[in-house]
Amino acid sequence: MTATAEPEVGKARLRKEDERLVTGRTRWTDNITLPGMLHLAVLRSPLAHARIAEIDTSAAREMPGVIAVFTAKDLDPAREIGLPCAWPVTPDMKHPRRPVLAADKVNFAGEGVAVVAARSAAEAQDALEAIDVEYEDLPVVLDMEAALAEGTTVIHEDLGTNENAVWVFDSGEAGTGGDVQQAITDAEVTVTRRFRQQRLVPAFMEPRATVVDPTGPQLTVWSSTQIPHILRVMTALTLGLPEHKLRVIAPDVGGGFGGKIGVLPEELMTLLVARKLGKPVKWNESRSDCMATAHHGRDQIQDITITATRDGTITGLKVDLLADMGAYLGVVAPGVPLLGAFMFNAIYKIPSYRFACTNVFTNKTITDAYRGAGRPEATFAIERIMDELAVELDMDPLALREKNWIKHEEFPYTTVAGLTYDSGNYEAATERAKQLFDYDGLRREQEARRASNDPVQLGIGISTYTEMCGLAPSRVLGSLAYGAGGWEHAAIRMLPTGKVEVVTGSSAHGQGHETAWSQIVADQLGVPFEDIEVLHGDTQFSPRGMDTYGSRSLTVGGTALVLAAHRVLDKAKPVAAHLLECAVDDIEFAGGKFAVKGTDKSVGIQDVALAVFAAHDLPDGYEANLDSDATFDPDNFSYPHGTHLCATEVDTETGRVSIRSYVCVDDVGKVVNPLIVEGQVHGGLAQGIAQALYEEAVHDESGTLTSGTFADYHLPSAADLPTFVTDRTETPSTTNPLGVKGVGEAGTIASTPAVVNAIVDALRHMGVADVEMPCSPMRVWQAIQGGAR
Amino acid sequence: MIPARFDYVAPTTVDEAVRALADAGEDGKVIAGGQSLLPVLRMRLAAPTKLVDIGRIPELRAIREDGDAIVIGAMATHYEVQRDPLVREHAALITAATDTVADPQVRHRGTFGGSIAHADPAGDLLAPALAMDAEMVVAGMDGRRTVPAAEYFVDFFTTAMTPAELLVEVRLPKYTGWRAHYEKFNRVAQSWSMVAVAAMVRTDGGTIAEARIGLTNMASVPVRARAVEDALVGQAATAENIKAAAANAANGTSPTSDGNADGEYRSHLARVLTGRALTAAIG
Amino acid sequence: MRITVGVDGTRYTDDVEPRMLLVHYLRERLGKTGTVVGCDTSNCGACTVHLDGHSVKSCSVLAVQADGSEVTTIEGLARDGRMHPVQQAFRDNHALQCGFCTPGMIMQAIDLLADDPDPDDNAVRHGLEGNLCRCTGYQNIVRAVRDAASKMAPGAGPAAEQVAEPTLDPASRSSDADISAPAPSHTGGGS
Ligand SMILES: Cc1cc2nc3c(=O)[nH]c(=O)nc-3n(C[C@H](O)[C@H](O)[C@H](O)COP(=O)(O)OP(=O)(O)OC[C@H]3O[C@@H](n4cnc5c(N)ncnc54)[C@H](O)[C@@H]3O)c2cc1C
Ligand code: FES
Ligand code: FES
Repeated sequence: MTATAEPEVGKARLRKEDERLVTGRTRWTDNITLPGMLHLAVLRSPLAHARIAEIDTSAAREMPGVIAVFTAKDLDPAREIGLPCAWPVTPDMKHPRRPVLAADKVNFAGEGVAVVAARSAAEAQDALEAIDVEYEDLPVVLDMEAALAEGTTVIHEDLGTNENAVWVFDSGEAGTGGDVQQAITDAEVTVTRRFRQQRLVPAFMEPRATVVDPTGPQLTVWSSTQIPHILRVMTALTLGLPEHKLRVIAPDVGGGFGGKIGVLPEELMTLLVARKLGKPVKWNESRSDCMATAHHGRDQIQDITITATRDGTITGLKVDLLADMGAYLGVVAPGVPLLGAFMFNAIYKIPSYRFACTNVFTNKTITDAYRGAGRPEATFAIERIMDELAVELDMDPLALREKNWIKHEEFPYTTVAGLTYDSGNYEAATERAKQLFDYDGLRREQEARRASNDPVQLGIGISTYTEMCGLAPSRVLGSLAYGAGGWEHAAIRMLPTGKVEVVTGSSAHGQGHETAWSQIVADQLGVPFEDIEVLHGDTQFSPRGMDTYGSRSLTVGGTALVLAAHRVLDKAKPVAAHLLECAVDDIEFAGGKFAVKGTDKSVGIQDVALAVFAAHDLPDGYEANLDSDATFDPDNFSYPHGTHLCATEVDTETGRVSIRSYVCVDDVGKVVNPLIVEGQVHGGLAQGIAQALYEEAVHDESGTLTSGTFADYHLPSAADLPTFVTDRTETPSTTNPLGVKGVGEAGTIASTPAVVNAIVDALRHMGVADVEMPCSPMRVWQAIQGGAR
Repeated sequence: MIPARFDYVAPTTVDEAVRALADAGEDGKVIAGGQSLLPVLRMRLAAPTKLVDIGRIPELRAIREDGDAIVIGAMATHYEVQRDPLVREHAALITAATDTVADPQVRHRGTFGGSIAHADPAGDLLAPALAMDAEMVVAGMDGRRTVPAAEYFVDFFTTAMTPAELLVEVRLPKYTGWRAHYEKFNRVAQSWSMVAVAAMVRTDGGTIAEARIGLTNMASVPVRARAVEDALVGQAATAENIKAAAANAANGTSPTSDGNADGEYRSHLARVLTGRALTAAIG
Repeated sequence: MRITVGVDGTRYTDDVEPRMLLVHYLRERLGKTGTVVGCDTSNCGACTVHLDGHSVKSCSVLAVQADGSEVTTIEGLARDGRMHPVQQAFRDNHALQCGFCTPGMIMQAIDLLADDPDPDDNAVRHGLEGNLCRCTGYQNIVRAVRDAASKMAPGAGPAAEQVAEPTLDPASRSSDADISAPAPSHTGGGS
């Protein structure tokens, strides 16, 4: 339609962002220094559950450089402020008030109890040590099942229970499928398993930071956040501030992975202190504080039952989930299991399905979205149990999957969970992955190693996943009681010199929006890639937006961009016709030029922009402005899919697992920039593999996080990960004009079960049927010992 | 992330340093490469009031040959030790173990003496020093004394030195012609040893003439696997003999338990890794 | 305490508290905010700079320990407006996403190439084991370092961008900044 000779979309453009990032010309929140700026330090509870008997701040106030010391009494004397939760999943959901600072009681280790504002960060830190807090220990509640038992200590006494909410989906009741209880009764084969999704730390590399400047007409908040727009609205609502007096800026943000979608008590306390003192205030955190207090991810117990006929046709699926919310509710935390609820059935045709989750409070750091949010958990459970079912049926695990998956000619396909998958080709992705992997060759080697009793055994793990991306159709969110919409906004400004400013409401933090958005607009408007500047992350120039999470930016925000570009062209056409002295209908647009059909007369879009700026010679009554914006609300999600194959070598003497080869073939629809897509896949795989092998947030029996630093929380380095083989198939999405599906979470969602399946496959003949994550050498070794016994 | 306040001196001779330490008393602390100390100070897990920086004392940096010993100055960095040809030739076990310490940046700053003085049972240079019968040369107000490795390591993070003493250098007897291997087992590349085995063997034809084996993180201090050593001497260097001897590796150890490994698993690892270390050493 | 430190070719004299970390000196006193802090246990490597020609974690060095030394940060690599070949390779190979680990990764990669000008994948991976990245999965970082190595091979690029051969004397290796020229003197505010 409006493409230039060589379309930008699809090109492996080097990123615009990189030049400043590789030379250190960066703008992290912590770089900001303002005149008179004070530094805020937070005193945190070392205990997971305790009553606060007394806080004595008198000595701290006398320390050098200290300007003020505040407790809850000072910052919220009326005890009104409660951090927001945007997803009341059920009408009777229990929502405890989470104060900015704890007043009477602390509910997790790391909860703030007092703050110091001082002239330097060092002095603020010094003064924390002079604050005296007297605590009275309370029994800690850490285990989800214990938390729900009769007679257990109730964390939030006013709620009377540790149960946050129970949410159920039943295909029989919803009319999307049959009754799973019947399927279980009739089943020829039933497999039941319990899987544990360990607690994870998102571990973005830039710790969080906030600077609040109360001078000037508006209150300006810089924060290392994924959600500047949502933060503005939520801050206004939570503190009762007029929204128009609040400006939120997310400058360069060093990663998020869901970990920066929160509205933080620290953001609010910084703001409250800055307002009280009338001075700019900065809060930044140490990594250990970040590990203990930034929200965690996963932490679910999954009981899953699958039923099938003897020939391997799945007849039913039942899931009962416990989800640990931690001590309070994160912004979308209660809904995270729901994002998985629609995905347990995955790519398979399953006639009956029931899902129930119980969200539970414990004396731990809150959980919330972490890369994939709900979908990795679901994918793990179904892909793990598919392997177990294959064993039960004595079938090849790939053959079992193939027998049950939706065939490419069956799309669009409405699943038992009620979603309509628009497109996909599982056969093609799997075929390609098998070729790249040498599936048959590895199976032969596996046989040989088993036969020779090799101390290093080989296993093959499969994960044929799909996910729902492009969060989200606002109506669907509404039906699930989410507190906001899922649209996205974009604006295009045509500058007089022919350059273009693009404003997007989805604020990036590593995803490469500046580059990809430029590619899209370059094609739409026919202007050079270099002439486009993408602006984001400041509510001043980008007032509308829903921000970046849930693989939504391109599918939703990219579509808004295309619509805005169409409006620019619609506005430009009459001017072009006027300049070319022809009728508007005679104009056609291609490659940045408006031409009179059938002639060589044309005018460039840049010339039109200049003519509109000058406004000397425009059609009568024409409003001199090409700038346009658009808001897009999708009708449906998009559904990337793919086949991941992992070969692990397991040293049966030590239990150490190493990944011998990893092949993934993903279908993310149309690709705007293959370089960026590949990068997203690599990073996603690393995080998913890390869940399988390395990472776990561990609490001791007192509720202290014992893996609370980078020395104990095992993030993999370059030396701990393999080289991935990645490839793609391309089945365009039909739910958006770009045909794109989203790629931000795919690698994380798919890889975890592929790795664990491979480990279990390597050890199956030794009697091992499961290894709990992370599959540490000790756990693997213990599983082998257990199997042998 | 910011240490508590302290005073700082950077003497240029050992005598000055010892005097500064004596003056500072209980609250003084040596800083060498700072790679173990600074994280502790940053997290305010300790707050010495005076740091004595020994990084500007030239004498402490040298690595030299002294008769039948190799002498490593306390301030020689891991990076320098790794590349030192004398160490490689006569104390190959130290080279092998140093290669596995931390990461390149930490090896540029962290020191041989700092690792020994820090006495972290998971530290990788302790077991090699023990296996080699190293001698620690320690300076105090009363002059210098020499402490054999077997007496130097007392407990977790505790040595036979007093707070007023300085580790000056470590003397390693030459083990020229011995074959050495350090087998380290950790969770991710940059983490400390869960268990590691320092093994050194002298073979004579196909027979094991002598063997020295030290274990990392199998007790509060590094330990010698004497039972394995004894079982090996005079044996043919065959896979079966090594395996049989290695089965004794955990004898007399008292491994701790943590999230990565419980005592039973550590003992098992000690046996497996001892076999592997010996096999790799013999080559 | 008064210290004099050369940073990215400029000499600075400042009074600092002994407890000030080199990374805070760089960021807060000198405004060298290209170097960042990612952890408090010396694990992440985001703060990596060169101290007298060797990579160090600048969170794990006191500013007073750097007295009399030469420091090169990510901001001191570009020459005449041209990026260092490693910086260029990171861009060319999409070796960064959020970019927070990138300054440290690049500084460590340059150090690695000084020790081993032609590393294989495994050597690159181990040479970077003190640097954590949460975004990239490292694959493109490995690719970038090897790409830079091939471009920095003798004859492949301007001599000014070559990394000097490593020597055993740690003080004599200058991998990046030409610090022999007399540097202009700046005296920062005391405290
Ligand atoms: C991320 C990371 C990973 C690491 N991984 C490993 C690893 O895998 N294996 C390993 O072995 N080590 C590891 N280390 C530790 C590293 O080897 C340190 O360099 C070493 O433990 C201490 O050396 P240092 O010179 O830095 O000592 P410092 O940190 O300066 O001092 C450590 C302690 O020893 C005392 N001390 C130092 N020198 C002397 C002396 N000459 N006389 C008296 N007392 C002295 C100090 O007072 C202090 O108490 C790691 C460190 C880090 C930061
Ligand atoms: S900030 Fe220096 S290693 Fe993390
Ligand atoms: S690019 Fe984000 S941490 Fe490495």
